[in-house]
Amino acid sequence: MKPATALLAAASLALAGSVAARAAFFQPVAAVGAVNDDAVVEGMPRLLSQFGFFTDGAGQAPAARVTPYRLNTPLYSDGAEKLRFVYLPEGKRMEANGDGLIDFPVGTALIKTFAFGEGSKRRLIETRVLLHRESGWVALPYVWNAEQSDAALAIAGARMPVVTPAGEAISYRVPNKNQCKECHGLDDAVIPIGPKARNLSGEWLAANLGEVPAGADRLAVWEKRSAVGADAVARAYLDVNCAHCHRPGATASNSGLDLRWEQDDPHALGVMKRPVAAGRGAGGLLFDVVPGEPDQSILLHRMLSNDPGVAMPELGKSSIDREGTEAVRRWIEEMPR
Amino acid sequence: MFRMTIAAALLATAAPALAETHVVTPGDGAQERLQEALIIAQPGDEIVLEAGRYAMSDGLSLDVEGVTLRGAGMDGTVLDFTGQQGAGEGLLVTSDNVTLRDFALENPKGDGVKSKGADNIVYHRIRVTWTRGPHPENGAYGIYPVESTGILVDGVKVTGASDAGIYVGQSDRITVRNSIAEANVAGIEIENSRNALVAHNIATRNTGGILVFDLPSLPVMGGGNVIIENNLVVANDTPNFAPPGNIVAGVRRGTGIMVMANEKVLIENNILSGNPTAPVMVIAYVQPYDDARYNPLPREVVVGPNSYDGGGYDPQLDGAEMLLAAFGGELPPVLWDGLGSLAAVEGTAGWSLNLTEAGKGLGAAQPGPLSVKAPAAAFDRSGIGAPAALEARLGG
Repeated sequence: MKPATALLAAASLALAGSVAARAAFFQPVAAVGAVNDDAVVEGMPRLLSQFGFFTDGAGQAPAARVTPYRLNTPLYSDGAEKLRFVYLPEGKRMEANGDGLIDFPVGTALIKTFAFGEGSKRRLIETRVLLHRESGWVALPYVWNAEQSDAALAIAGARMPVVTPAGEAISYRVPNKNQCKECHGLDDAVIPIGPKARNLSGEWLAANLGEVPAGADRLAVWEKRSAVGADAVARAYLDVNCAHCHRPGATASNSGLDLRWEQDDPHALGVMKRPVAAGRGAGGLLFDVVPGEPDQSILLHRMLSNDPGVAMPELGKSSIDREGTEAVRRWIEEMPR
Repeated sequence: MFRMTIAAALLATAAPALAETHVVTPGDGAQERLQEALIIAQPGDEIVLEAGRYAMSDGLSLDVEGVTLRGAGMDGTVLDFTGQQGAGEGLLVTSDNVTLRDFALENPKGDGVKSKGADNIVYHRIRVTWTRGPHPENGAYGIYPVESTGILVDGVKVTGASDAGIYVGQSDRITVRNSIAEANVAGIEIENSRNALVAHNIATRNTGGILVFDLPSLPVMGGGNVIIENNLVVANDTPNFAPPGNIVAGVRRGTGIMVMANEKVLIENNILSGNPTAPVMVIAYVQPYDDARYNPLPREVVVGPNSYDGGGYDPQLDGAEMLLAAFGGELPPVLWDGLGSLAAVEGTAGWSLNLTEAGKGLGAAQPGPLSVKAPAAAFDRSGIGAPAALEARLGG
């Protein structure tokens, strides 16, 4: 069997939803400690281990050139613990692009594992990878097995029961491959969302880029947000949690709502803006944001809902973010009327 | 476009241009099997949904160009979203040249089918039904193409949408025809769009039958070049059940065809019967706005010959009793607010509020019989409607 055929066969197996391990179709796993560059730049490996991103998958111990990072203000995902890594191939470097998205070379992989539970009870649920190829970024979701020994490609997504850190039992949704694009799509291309210089620590940037660009490290560190004004906290939260769709060129562009950090027109940010196609999502309210009136603001109303068709964000949320909604409530309360 | 480049390349080498058919059957795992088919399909492929009822737990999405999704008929293949747990619509299409035909969606939690930035899309014999009938917690739109060029909606049926049954927004080159919109708040709505033909449809038991709107502060502005002809707009008398706050929540029960803030709209050869507020309503946008690009007035609207019967007999308007008394028990069929410009063929009965300023409410209204000029020239139809190439996909 030619390698290409084997690859297709492996891919179609994964696509057929087969979860059982079929050793005959495995590509050799990369040597421990080295990432399989071929898997990053082409194909759709059926198993996460085929990339070789981890020396110990269950322990999330990164291989060589796989660097962990954290975001100052993270995207809420039902309270999941998120372990983020960037892999850069030998001899390649990433570069700053102002305070915005880091420029990553072809061959880069961004890896994010979602886990629930602490200590010995931690269970890895899924790992999403974003692979930078010649043709652009490709997003693939992998779901961890019960033994926590590996994760398998789940192109159609999945649902599974989890208990959130808040103690809420939910049906956790692993997005399908297309849904990756709903958040990661901009002007018909797929791009990373998270690693923007403004949302990364200066220390990490200095160590990994060799520079700290102007405007870097500006979004609040979430755990330390009490030291920052309500406006800055909420705007950071909206930038990270909403603006990948609510901006020009992205999934929710037709709403006219633009929640990016750099947007400073109050109307574009929803202040006294009427909804366009919110339907019942508006909940009987008239404006996205009514200064001083969080309970009259559609934006908060939709964040506080779990009902599909009302709930925002539309994807990746099965439970309400108490901290995030509190931050947005304060922002609206303190907004000058 | 984002897709599985490597698989595409391999297929191209092995078997160029050989379209495949992927057959999906109802039963266990239908959600995953159908979604997988929507992902692995290659341009030109057809996905066949065999007859039966499919229990859906999540929204579906298609992002491959040139795919046909075909069921066994709008009553034969039913995607049942009653148990939907996530996503804002039943099916989301984000790729160009897609054909959707011969299947139904029931009870999606949000919108039915949304296509965004999906040029040259065909919706043929698709049914979207909220089975409990009008209800404010039904999804907003049944058929929802937006930000697209080239849209053909033919032979669809939408019932129960809490906003618009068939809604086309921020788009260009549109045809909506041979379709039925029943018991929605708005039957058919064309919003911030250009070059739209709405013809041979039935709009009945909605709050308002056919609406042509232009709204401020949207990415795409300047709606116009719209033809509404040969439609049956009958008994649009369902009380408005839209959640408050939506623009259509302001639509009066019993509105037949309504034009708000648009340019070059032709309304002719429609049958308008039993629309108790106004068979035809032409008005300016009434809310305050802050958008220099926006013109709130209806301009160059033309009312051609239409058949009017039983209109304006129970208007949901302030001062209805006095108005009815003044006009002899029934308002004339065409209502204009007096703003912008309107022409109507000779013999068109109507009345005007004779407003002089937009957005100032009805305080200055001086109702009187409609007195407007006849159309000066034939309506320019060039470039209106979906590109002819979309027709070819309707065979079979």
